[in-house]
Amino acid sequence: MAKVTLKNLSHSYLKKQEKDSDFVLTNINIDWNDGGAYALLGPSGCGKTTLLNIISGLLIPTKGEVLFDDRDVTQLNPVQRDIAQIFQFPVIYDTMSVYDNLAFPLRNRALSETEIDYKVREIAEMLELTSTLNNRASGLTADGKQKISLGRGLVRSDVNVIMFDEPLTVIDPHLKWVLRSKLKELHQKIKRTMIYVTHDQTEALTFADQVVVMHEGQIVQTGTPIELFEKPKHTFVGHFIGSPGMNLLPCKITNGEINLAGQRIASNTSIKKTNFEKTQVGIRPEFINFSKDGIPVKVLKVNNIGRHRIVDVETGGGKIKILSNPQDEIPSGSAFVTFNQKYTYAYGDDWIIE
Amino acid sequence: MSLELKNIEMKVGVETYIHQTNLKLEKNTINILLGSTLAGKTTLMQIMAGLLKPTSGEIWFNEKNVTGLKVQGRNVSMVYQQFINYPNFTVYENIASPLKIIGVNPSEIKERVGKVAELLKLSPMLDKKPDELSGGQQQRTALARALVKDSDLILLDEPLANLDFKLREELREELPKLFEDRECIVVYATTEPTDALMMGGNTATLLEGKVIQYGKTLEVYNNPHNLSSAEVFSEPPLNITDIKKIGDTCSFLDNSAQWKTKINIKDGNYKIGIRPHNVTIKKNEGNSVEIKGKILISELSGSESIIHFKNGKFNWVSLSSGSHQIKVGEEIKLYMNVDECLFFDKSNRLVKNG
Repeated sequence: MAKVTLKNLSHSYLKKQEKDSDFVLTNINIDWNDGGAYALLGPSGCGKTTLLNIISGLLIPTKGEVLFDDRDVTQLNPVQRDIAQIFQFPVIYDTMSVYDNLAFPLRNRALSETEIDYKVREIAEMLELTSTLNNRASGLTADGKQKISLGRGLVRSDVNVIMFDEPLTVIDPHLKWVLRSKLKELHQKIKRTMIYVTHDQTEALTFADQVVVMHEGQIVQTGTPIELFEKPKHTFVGHFIGSPGMNLLPCKITNGEINLAGQRIASNTSIKKTNFEKTQVGIRPEFINFSKDGIPVKVLKVNNIGRHRIVDVETGGGKIKILSNPQDEIPSGSAFVTFNQKYTYAYGDDWIIE
Repeated sequence: MSLELKNIEMKVGVETYIHQTNLKLEKNTINILLGSTLAGKTTLMQIMAGLLKPTSGEIWFNEKNVTGLKVQGRNVSMVYQQFINYPNFTVYENIASPLKIIGVNPSEIKERVGKVAELLKLSPMLDKKPDELSGGQQQRTALARALVKDSDLILLDEPLANLDFKLREELREELPKLFEDRECIVVYATTEPTDALMMGGNTATLLEGKVIQYGKTLEVYNNPHNLSSAEVFSEPPLNITDIKKIGDTCSFLDNSAQWKTKINIKDGNYKIGIRPHNVTIKKNEGNSVEIKGKILISELSGSESIIHFKNGKFNWVSLSSGSHQIKVGEEIKLYMNVDECLFFDKSNRLVKNG
């Protein structure tokens, strides 16, 4: 197992780079500790797969270094790096039994059959595959097959890092819960460095202790799930994390205060710098309440989604969403709302002002 | 306009794919088929489309028997999970293709393609080829092709499953709007309860080739007729436990939890089902009872905490707002909102909710 460091990484698929936009990754710096559970989160096209391929050695970055335990591995191929990778779609050997599938990476490394048997049975037990060990892998359902892929990645104890590339995409939601908690449990048991790449915020936040959020080839924030939720450093994090995402409304900054359509909005941050091209106020739907006075709104729509309701309202500065509990009373027509001051932020050119 | 399945049954060899099904869909409705993989959603849609002929039973469209009428003879659009586009056509030509086939005049084609492209945010990429687009844009192109012709029946088979989380969130809010002023019946298959709740309309819960309940989406969610329907319509999964009711007292079989009840059902043993958001770390409003839990795993999603725990021999899931991180193996107290319990009898039929 190893600590993974990415140092000043940039990558371009072009032979010659002339401008910033020629790069798909720009200036990535990451330190992942040995044994941690990490997630790389971002939409398709944000560069996360490129980054994953650079870590695994399928790609050599245009600039910068990849270090495993401070050893430079930038030029090494995937085999030399000793990593395990699990892909979106199950990769299994159809003609082999479940047992032989799990034993395959160990046999390749010429372990003794007794050792192999011990490890295969151990991992099969953790993944609840014990009863199917003698079955042919081809007859299994999609999630059964993906469990084998996971098992093959987890069975080796000599890997530097285990990487998961959207491993639960083909799995039914009911089973996603099971597999995700299984993965988390496995991580707590075997304490290997795990990197989980996904576009799904729920998967990233529930799996990882630290989440790296990527947007257009850049890291926009690294933090714990709570940090990303409570204080997004970039409007993209606000939008991308949370469902529905953060409300962002164009605003003015006057005398160091947020001004939304002529109304002063209280916030805990003091705003000094003002020379931005674009300024926005950000507040999550969870942190807005209906109140007796405050910001005047018009209630447009109430969508009951079972455990809570999503209320669309129009403010003087634009439309926002409010998340309200089933027992809360929701007014109709004209009403007032207040933003929870603690979680109200101002953004200048998409970055938090603090 | 209506689509009616009368005593439909589908067998392949000795296997029954669809058990006897009766379902009537009315015009201008969105109908969600909710069930896990292999529940029969796709088969049912293929029967509706005329791509498959049922083993027995009849399909009626607009009060006319159309059983056996091939798909070409019906005015149907279908979108699949794997987006299908013509690779050599531009986005414009892809969207225009169904109109060209039926000989719509060029100026009308232009207008209709323009309109639907605008709705689906494809206007800037009309001249591009599908392989130059992201997955989400490709799927929106396939959706646009289905929407551009005035189909009587639009079948969407997990159309958002391969899309990014955020895009899925955005599109499931947009989709119902697209159908608002159209004369058609929409059928939407999904494995995700949240999709159904967000889209509204009607929902049919499916299990192992059977429609187990059909009705207004929230009605099915709040009043599942049986345990299976409740399970299909819960995410995270429904908590189920055995209880006994004697007089005005309900208790777990091991007597570890007990509460007073006003519900009017016969004394005896029941199963209760309770959704995870009604089992919380902090006491909420409403009548709640303390239950014990041994932590299996706790996950954070930023705004909410998902805690998997063991109570007696059952595995439970709790969903609480706020961030709570609890160590694996710890014994804690949780609160179950007894007002939200669903009671099922020995044959798993709902006898009472609340």
